[in-house]
Amino acid sequence: MIPKFEKLTSRAVPLPIENIDTDQIIPARFLKATERKGFGDNLFRDWRYDEEGRPVADFPLNNNCRFGGEILVAGRNFGCGSSREHAAWALFDYGFRVVVSSFFADIFRGNALNNGLLPLTVSDGFLAAMLTEIAANNNAKFEVDLEAQTITILSTRQSESFEIDAYKKKCLLGGLDDVDYLVTLAPEIKDFENGKLKLEN
Amino acid sequence: MGKTIIDKIWDAHTVRTEDGGRSVLYIDRQYIHEVTSPVAFAGLERRGIVVARPAQTTATADHNIPTVNQHLPIEEEQGRRQVEALTENCARYGVELFGVGHPRQGIVHIIGPEQGFTQPGMTIICGDSHTSTHGAMGAVAFGVGTSEVEMALASQCIIQSKPRTMRITMNGRPAEGVEAKDLILYLISRISTSGGTGYFIEFAGEAIRGLSMEGRMTVCNMAIECGARGGIVAPDDVTFEYLKGRPEAPKGAEWNAAVERWRRLASDPDAVFDREYTFDASRIQPMITWGTNPGEGIAINGRIPASADRKALAYMGFRSGEKLLGKPIDYVFVGSCTNGRIEDLRLFARLVEGRRKADGVTVWIVPGSKEVERMAREEGLERIFNAAGMELRQPGCSACLAMNADKVPAGKYCVSTSNRNFEGRQGPGSRTLLSGVAVAAAAAVTGRIADPRHCEE
Repeated sequence: MIPKFEKLTSRAVPLPIENIDTDQIIPARFLKATERKGFGDNLFRDWRYDEEGRPVADFPLNNNCRFGGEILVAGRNFGCGSSREHAAWALFDYGFRVVVSSFFADIFRGNALNNGLLPLTVSDGFLAAMLTEIAANNNAKFEVDLEAQTITILSTRQSESFEIDAYKKKCLLGGLDDVDYLVTLAPEIKDFENGKLKLEN
Repeated sequence: MGKTIIDKIWDAHTVRTEDGGRSVLYIDRQYIHEVTSPVAFAGLERRGIVVARPAQTTATADHNIPTVNQHLPIEEEQGRRQVEALTENCARYGVELFGVGHPRQGIVHIIGPEQGFTQPGMTIICGDSHTSTHGAMGAVAFGVGTSEVEMALASQCIIQSKPRTMRITMNGRPAEGVEAKDLILYLISRISTSGGTGYFIEFAGEAIRGLSMEGRMTVCNMAIECGARGGIVAPDDVTFEYLKGRPEAPKGAEWNAAVERWRRLASDPDAVFDREYTFDASRIQPMITWGTNPGEGIAINGRIPASADRKALAYMGFRSGEKLLGKPIDYVFVGSCTNGRIEDLRLFARLVEGRRKADGVTVWIVPGSKEVERMAREEGLERIFNAAGMELRQPGCSACLAMNADKVPAGKYCVSTSNRNFEGRQGPGSRTLLSGVAVAAAAAVTGRIADPRHCEE
């Protein structure tokens, strides 16, 4: 019951800053909803808008040429800090389907995978190549093929394969949900509990 | 080959292993709070399922609640709705709730150990990254997202890959005036905010063993700030002494059996960690951060590195190569799941006793729990604070993440005993300098960044 991840060709939005923490992705004051919707409006709120709520001209999300890009290309250690899943929700709600970085923080990576947002780890070299391509051509397109586990810069056909664990790949491709799966394991979990109790007593 | 304590606990809780190696991990206890649980409960409702093990779930309200006038309804509407949703969900699914005003309420990572819910050998999760705090009790504890909160509510399990293991050994004894917070700020400054990513850390060595339970919690609390999933300290007499007699701790014969079991809970002598670091704790000085991530820390009397990140410097209004000592500050925050325990308030009280808060400085002293608040009153700490022109507030996460009204205004400097100095963390435009309790006390009475070892009048 998560959105299925389809093969994707898209422009990309560059954000070549390192250590982007989840407080920047979505500040704490916007975590007060009791429903999971509308978080995209406040994505990167304090970098994207000034104190008066006006768009900051040189922030990449405010650049017309970037609108519609489904791939965010960010510096290393993306998503560090708070475990707020709202960060993944905000990115997805805004329209991103892939975040490319050379290194992801653990909890963010897990949260993204659980929401149909692909955290795609590339080499530092490939990350640099993507950023160069975007700088040279606003309209540069990239292809992400999860089935084949490859990402390609279409204009140059430069391609790199990426890793993802088999279970999470299956979930993303099939739109499968961990909760539904875990509920089917109830009898096995019950047996496990009984065995564990015996060990402790 | 021997096993690490992390592997031992993880393996003992693995129900099954999926293709690709992910574990279906059994969770002994889940803590929930008002901010990261509503969407998980909504998920249960949508699926038409219930909380699988309500007795293994503990709830409290902490993140967005006010720290004054807690007897009144929460004024801010969205925050109030989140607390109401938590109350309704707990009633509906039979989860025990320590709501605002309850004598057992407090920051989730303070009350877990304090009430004896957190015990050695357990697996523990919470939708909050500082769940690593509970590792100080010898548990495998880590923060998760809301999807995983829902998984554990629905099945008492989550699905995660087993972390790699790291051991950080801190040899030697910290010098007088150096506290647990300084150890962990030093560590993060050395290995960076991503040095622990992918790992679960065992903290070991004389300096760690010599810490109180509260100090160990401060260290494990910030394991996440170097990117680690969690930190753990093998249980010992300090752990058992702390836990014994707490409301949820085993009693009588059960207690003896449990201690017997817990004593065996340690890394085997021949266990191999995926990564090892060793540091000399005797050389560590009181620490403070100058930048916008917890790895950007220096000794209190040190200089900002020449290689300092320019974006961080611009945000903080500092220059590379300069000292922080003597710079004026505007706010001091003592509290949070990092330094909001009774020991922290006792230290702060000892250091400000007989002195006065500096003019123009706002000092927020926020106890981590109702129990800490009660003790601070009964022990006379509140009288000391008041005599110094400071006020003891009511428990909550407060200015650590500024979800409530405790916000540092844009451009103002706050010396904070909390865990994150990210841009805007304590309010839009706020500038946070992380430190231990002693540096915060020195700042409160001098109005400046001061070395607590040399700030007598």
